[in-house]
Amino acid sequence: MTFACRNGRGDFLVLEGRVVAPAQRIDESLRITVTDGVISSLEPAPAGTLVVAPAFVDPHVHLRTPGREDEETLRSGAEAAAAGGFCAIVAMPNTDPVVDCAPVLGDLLARASTEAVVPMAFMAAISKGQRGEELTEMAELAAAGAAAFTDDGRPVVSAALLRRALRYCALAERPLALHCEEPTLSRGGHVHEGPVSGEIGLGGYPSLAESLMVERDLALAALEGRHVHLMHLSARESVAALDRALAIGVTATAEVTPHHLVLTDDAVRSLDTNVKMNPPLRAEEDRQALLDGLRRGAIQAVATDHAPHARHEKDVPFEEAPFGVTGLETAFAALHTRLVRPGVLSLETLLERMSGGPARMLGLPEPRIEVGARANLVALDLEREWEVSEGGFRSLSANSWLLGQRLRGRVVRTVADGRLVYEE
Amino acid sequence: MGELLPPSPPRRHLLSVGDLEREDVERILATARSLAGSLGRELKKLPTLRGRTVVNVFYESSTRTLSSFELAAKRLSADTMSIRASGSSVDKGESLKDTILTLSAYDPDVIVIRHPSIGAPRLVARWTDAHVVNAGDGKNQHPTQALLDVYAMQEAFGRLEGLHVAIVGDVLHSRVARSLVQALGLVGARATVVAPPTLLPPGIDALGCETSTDISAISAADVVYVLRMQRERMEEAYVPSLREYTALYGITPERVRPGQAVMHPGPMNRGVEIDPRVADSDAALVIDQVRAGLAVRMAVLYDVLTVAPVAPVARGVAEAVA
Repeated sequence: MTFACRNGRGDFLVLEGRVVAPAQRIDESLRITVTDGVISSLEPAPAGTLVVAPAFVDPHVHLRTPGREDEETLRSGAEAAAAGGFCAIVAMPNTDPVVDCAPVLGDLLARASTEAVVPMAFMAAISKGQRGEELTEMAELAAAGAAAFTDDGRPVVSAALLRRALRYCALAERPLALHCEEPTLSRGGHVHEGPVSGEIGLGGYPSLAESLMVERDLALAALEGRHVHLMHLSARESVAALDRALAIGVTATAEVTPHHLVLTDDAVRSLDTNVKMNPPLRAEEDRQALLDGLRRGAIQAVATDHAPHARHEKDVPFEEAPFGVTGLETAFAALHTRLVRPGVLSLETLLERMSGGPARMLGLPEPRIEVGARANLVALDLEREWEVSEGGFRSLSANSWLLGQRLRGRVVRTVADGRLVYEE
Repeated sequence: MGELLPPSPPRRHLLSVGDLEREDVERILATARSLAGSLGRELKKLPTLRGRTVVNVFYESSTRTLSSFELAAKRLSADTMSIRASGSSVDKGESLKDTILTLSAYDPDVIVIRHPSIGAPRLVARWTDAHVVNAGDGKNQHPTQALLDVYAMQEAFGRLEGLHVAIVGDVLHSRVARSLVQALGLVGARATVVAPPTLLPPGIDALGCETSTDISAISAADVVYVLRMQRERMEEAYVPSLREYTALYGITPERVRPGQAVMHPGPMNRGVEIDPRVADSDAALVIDQVRAGLAVRMAVLYDVLTVAPVAPVARGVAEAVA
C-alpha cells in the first residue's frame, strides 16, 4: 500500500501538553521534541492546557477526484484533513472514472505527491466500474499501491462475485471493505424505516437492508477465511451480527461515522438535506448499540465518510438531494462535544478509535508517540468553543450536519509525516 | 421613496398541519364558514384581497386543487396566475430555486405550491418573501385538503369532537391521509386507518391514529374516507391485483352502514376503491368536499395574508431546527 503526499523535509518542532496515547499507555505532561520529522525526545513538562495525541487516521473519505473537482480536490481534501487533526486518510474509488485500474490509481498517487499536505492512500474498486460484474485486476492494483478494495457507494450485490473477490484478493493481500446494502430492500428509501418515515411519508430504508447484507458478507468471509471490513455500520442488528461472527473467529473489522454516533432519525424531521446520508440515521437503540460496539472495540474505528457535495445539489428538496455529509474538519470536535463531555465516551477511547484503531484495522502504519518514531501528532484545545460555519471550511464543500452549531474542543496543530501541516 | 419602511412582520405560511394548533384550525374553519355565505350570492366577488397577487406553481397535475385555488383567489379579488411545470422553464431544466426566485421578482403576496418532493414548500418559504401555501408535497402533506375535509365533516355532522373517521386505502403513499390524521387529532376527532399490510406505513400510529388491516373496522366509524388506489401499486407489488384489492377493501353498498358518510379526495377510480353506487349515493360527500375546498382555500389565503403574525410555521420551523 502506498501513501502519497508532498515531499518535504521533516520539521523541527516542540509540542507540550498532556500527552495521551492510549495504545502506548501514556497519559502524562510531556514535552515532545521533533527533529527532522522524527520524535527525538520525550521529557517531563509542567502541566499545560493542550492535549497532544497520536494524529487521526480516517479510513473512509471521498475526495471526488477525478471527476468532481468542484466538490473536492486532493489538495483541498488534504487541507481539510490537516485541519481536522488527521495524519493519514484513505479515499474511496467511486469517482469518475472509477479507480478500477492501475493507471487511474497511479495518476492519483502522482497528483497526491504534488498536491496533498497529508498522506493519502486510495482504495480501488472490487469490480470494474463498480458494476458488480467483473473483478478488477486486484494483484496489479495492489502492486500499484491500493490500500484495500471496495465498491463503496454501492454493495456487491452478487454473492458469487463477492465470494470470488474474497478468494482472489488473497493474491493482493489486502482486505475487502464492504458497503452492506440489500438494494431491493433499500430501493426508494431516503431515511430509516420507522415512525419518522411513516409520519413524514419519506421512503423507508429498513435496518434489515444493511444487516441482511452484513450477515451474508460475514458468512462469505467465514467460508473463505478472509478479512472483511464493514463500512459505516448503522443498525443494531448489524452490530449483533458482527459480534456473533467475531465470537466464532471470523476476521472482521468495522467502522462507524460521527453522525451515526450522535444523531438519530429524529433529525430528519427538519428535512435538512445535510442529514441525508447512506446508510441513514437510525433509532436511538441503534445509536446506543453503535456506541457500545465502539467502546468494546468490536467496532475499531471512527470513519468520517466525508462526502462533499456541491451546494446547488444539496439546495433541493430532500428526496432529490444526494446522500452524504462532510466530516473531516468536525469529527473530533463533534464527538468530543456530544459524547466525551457528557461522559458517554472516554477521551482515551475516542482518541484510540480515531487513530490506532483505524490504522491497525487496515494494516496501515500506526501513529505512535515514542522516540525514533516519525511524528504524527495532533494538539487539541479541549476547552475552546467555536461555531461551525459555512465559511470556515478548508474543504471545497460545506454540506455539514453541524452548520451553525457550537462545538467545544478544537484541533490547534497537526503534524503529519514529520511536518507541521496545520496550525491555528 | 427613501422613507424608512416599518419592519415587516414575520410571514405566515401554511406548510403542514403539524405546524398548526387547534385554534388555528378553528379560526380558518370559522373564516371559511363566513366566506361560504358569500358564495351563494348573485355577485360572488369580495374585495378582500384586491391588489394582492397569488401565484400558483404546480409541479404535478391537478384539476380540483389548482382550479379551487385559482377561483378562491379570484373570488377575493386577488390577481392570480398559474404556472404548470410542463410547458414552462422547468421543462428546460430550471431548478426549483431559480423558478421561485424568478417568480418572486414579481413580488407576489402568496405562492401556492404543489411539488412531487417532500419538503419543497418549506424550501420555497426560505427562498421567497411571499407567504407560502402547500398544495401538496409528495407523500408528506396536503394541508388545505385536510382542512376542507374537516370543514365538510363539520357541515355534515354539526360537530367534530368525538367524530370517528376511518381512512381506507393506500395510506403509505398518501399525503391526504397523513394530513387528515393530524387535523382530526387537532379537532378532537378519532382516526382509524385501514389498509392492506403492505400499504400501512410502519410507525403511522405515531401520528395519533389506530390501524387495522380488516375492512370491517370501518363499520364503527361515522365517516368512511376512501383513498385513491393507483394502478402503479400493483406493478410495484404492494398488492397482487386491483381485483383482489377491490374484493378486500372496495367500498360497496354492503359495507356502508346507514348514517355513515363517505368521502373521497378525488379523482375517484369508480369500481376500484369505491363502488359507483356508493359514489352516487346520498351518503357520498364528494361534491360537498369540492365546494368546501373553495371556501376553505379562500379562508387560507385570507388567513396567511391578514391574521396577526403568531406565524404557525415559525413554531414548526423553530422546533425542527432545535
